[in-house]
Amino acid sequence: VTPGQPGGPGVAALRDAVAEGRAKAVEGARATLAAIASDAGPGGLNAFLSHDAERLEARAAALDERVDQARSEGREPGRLAGVCVAVKDNLCTTDLPTTCGSRLLEGYRSPYEATAVRRLRAAGALVAGKTNMDEFAMGSSTENSAYGPTRNPRSRDRVPGGSSGGSAAAVAAGVVPAALGSDTGGSVRQPAALCGVVGLKPTYGAVSRYGLVAFASSLDQVGTLGRTVDDAARLLEVIAGPDPLDATCADRPAPALADAARAADVDGVVVGVPDEYFPDALDGGVRDRLEAAIDALAARGARIRPVSLPHTRLAIPSYYVLAPAEASSNLARFDGVRFGRRVPAGAVEAMQTATRTAGFGAEVRRRIVLGTYALSAGYRERYYARAQAARERIRRDFDAVFAEGVDVLFTPTSPDTAFALGERVDDPYRMYLADVFTVPANLAGIPAISVPVGDVEGLPVGGQLMADRWAEPLLVRVAAGLERALADGAAVRA
Amino acid sequence: VSVSPAEVRRVAELARLGLTPAEVERLTAELNRVLEHVDALGEVEVEAGTARRDVPDDPDSTPATQPSPLRPDDPGPDPLAAPPGSMAPAWADGFFTVPRLASHRGGPGGADTGEATGAATGGPDPESDR
Repeated sequence: VTPGQPGGPGVAALRDAVAEGRAKAVEGARATLAAIASDAGPGGLNAFLSHDAERLEARAAALDERVDQARSEGREPGRLAGVCVAVKDNLCTTDLPTTCGSRLLEGYRSPYEATAVRRLRAAGALVAGKTNMDEFAMGSSTENSAYGPTRNPRSRDRVPGGSSGGSAAAVAAGVVPAALGSDTGGSVRQPAALCGVVGLKPTYGAVSRYGLVAFASSLDQVGTLGRTVDDAARLLEVIAGPDPLDATCADRPAPALADAARAADVDGVVVGVPDEYFPDALDGGVRDRLEAAIDALAARGARIRPVSLPHTRLAIPSYYVLAPAEASSNLARFDGVRFGRRVPAGAVEAMQTATRTAGFGAEVRRRIVLGTYALSAGYRERYYARAQAARERIRRDFDAVFAEGVDVLFTPTSPDTAFALGERVDDPYRMYLADVFTVPANLAGIPAISVPVGDVEGLPVGGQLMADRWAEPLLVRVAAGLERALADGAAVRA
Repeated sequence: VSVSPAEVRRVAELARLGLTPAEVERLTAELNRVLEHVDALGEVEVEAGTARRDVPDDPDSTPATQPSPLRPDDPGPDPLAAPPGSMAPAWADGFFTVPRLASHRGGPGGADTGEATGAATGGPDPESDR
């Protein structure tokens, strides 16, 4: 079992090899570091913003000792013992910088760690490095990073999606079997789709956000990426659950998701296919792959049912009022006073303006201005209140179909495959439309997962499954069932 | 409704962002394009009470949820791996330090730069600290 290669072993195989003494964590760490190093520099993926080779090797060696000790005492080593994972650079770590892809936080080191990161480490995982992202998670291509774009491993002149593009690329390239991301409007699922990996956004409140740098607090969730449903599920199983450090984290135990992935059973499951997610403008290749996936689910005993979510068209307008409004408030803390860079400019107000002007990139400034405008006197009712009301309609659409007996919904994750680097940077609204199928799950707070359903002209297509709040076990079971059905179908055709 | 360059300048000042005239022009056009699409929200009637349901798991709106968990209010040891001063741009005697307010007279960031800055950022009333 050699990690650090495309098509390499998954989370469970790596963990079991280390836990059973067949492999050493330090060997895995070295292979991972070699993969990171081989993709640095011009023409590389630029998936990682920081890593610390020496410290990683030292931690892996210490872990090997702990695993040996545990084995000799008959204790279970951790659920992720010796597995190298990547972490998006908006989750705080004490041993590596946390920049959020922004100049403003260049070199910033958090004095505490995110709960999700702490739980991974406690389970024996090794943090291989911090991954590139759109600045403050605002974007759908990772081109808004102050540290240069990440390239799509499947086609290096194309974007990996965003904002968790570095995490998706690192998994797709086989550098790590799994990674953490964050998903405010699709930032885990859309890059997963564009890179051909799995991306899982849990129910709002399932994972602690302590140490996740806030973008839009009513929408943000920590999510997981993996090469398979099982990889993503195993990470989520470890990071989910109550946390006294985050009052928005629900008081519910983490669900048993590895068991759900193993079941992989879709027989009798009612799969709703919403008309609104298959518009005439949908890419023909994407539509074909989705229809083939629906056929594969039906062949395994799923009951396919056409449904309607009539307020879907309001999702993007609602999201692009609410998310910038919340961001304009959350990002007020970056003012050169407590952390990050300071640009001296006379009095405190001038210093704050100079710091923020130099520190924020174009998209962050655009969203702060949009959000401040939407909340300003005279416009709040027109924009913010209506966006909130639209959000409520969207949520009721989902409640209605789930109440009518639909178990999961199946849709495209993204309206098209990975687009060329630079293609959309000058057209903000066109870039926003990349999120059209992912934003509704965030607005409704429901869990959703993107699963690879095949390629179009060599570029991956993702299928999205959504389920009711707290139905992650069902969601993971059906996603794994779809994954298995497609793999068996491919094997039969070959 | 369309946004004017003056409104964009005003909003940017409130958000403590400096914009060049070219940026104001571009941002005005971009904002108007986004708001054109956002106007689709005009068809939604705002019902009383919906605006405050801004968190998906508001206990009033979702029967399946539970109230937010509270941790015991016990004082604990400082969990920080490094003191706050280590990450601060400026720190002295246990405090984050900043330049003086523009409205402060006689300080290093004082009256000479203060009047223009205070007005431009919608900052505090120059009379307020007398």
